[in-house]
Amino acid sequence: MFFGMPLTGQTVSFFLLALLIIASGVMLMTLTKVMHMAVALAGVFLGVAGIFILLGADFVGMAQILVYAGAITILMVFALMLTQKGDDTESPEASTGRSLLTLLGVVVFTGIMLLVLRGTTWPYSQSAVDPYTQPTVVLIAQSLYHTYTIPFELLSLILTAALVGSVVIARKED
Amino acid sequence: MALQPFLALGAILFAIGAYGALTKRNLIIVLISLEMMLNAANINLVAFSHFGKTPHVAGQVFALFIIALGAAEVAVGLGILLAFFRMRNSADVKDASAMKW
Repeated sequence: MFFGMPLTGQTVSFFLLALLIIASGVMLMTLTKVMHMAVALAGVFLGVAGIFILLGADFVGMAQILVYAGAITILMVFALMLTQKGDDTESPEASTGRSLLTLLGVVVFTGIMLLVLRGTTWPYSQSAVDPYTQPTVVLIAQSLYHTYTIPFELLSLILTAALVGSVVIARKED
Repeated sequence: MALQPFLALGAILFAIGAYGALTKRNLIIVLISLEMMLNAANINLVAFSHFGKTPHVAGQVFALFIIALGAAEVAVGLGILLAFFRMRNSADVKDASAMKW
């Protein structure tokens, strides 16, 4: 038994992934060189992708790797490189007092959340086997193209508008 | 494996992201923190999709929608950031105070 849970491969991999995510997140907040921050960011995103795959959502996990760990991390690295002036250390944070107060608020928030999570009785939540009847790709495709067709189309509209808009905004004016 | 550890992980990741978004001074790091908060929400959605009373794939579809919206948000955010950097030669939140009362 480990934290009240049976010691299975799933539990072990969950705790390893959670350790990766939280350690990378804390590193992201404490490192000073922005390039190191980008590497820690990739750690967070890959860990979350692992959590998705652990939860049986392999398609979402792969999309997470492609979009977040691949595209968004690289985009952030490019933006960091484009907006640096010589030194690659981050400017110091806001005043120490404000940082400490924010830290206090965040810690209190997390504590309350964890207490509530512990205290609530969730609907039956011990599913040992894979709960999906078919491969999730099939289920997602059916759901996406039957139930959520209009949101899907609207989403493609938003993506197009956002990409065109960002090019227009970032273009040099002359 | 139960539902609660995943929700706890989501809450902790959200808190780390909130701390970064509130205290960091580099605009790109603020954007990164926002993405971490979106990821925390995604963990919750997928966990409920797996452990809910009637497991359903809708949670995963919503997570995919959030991933796509996060990508659009990053594109627009970095476009604004580059325009801002060209105008002010800085990526510091302190310099983005033109619309502050």
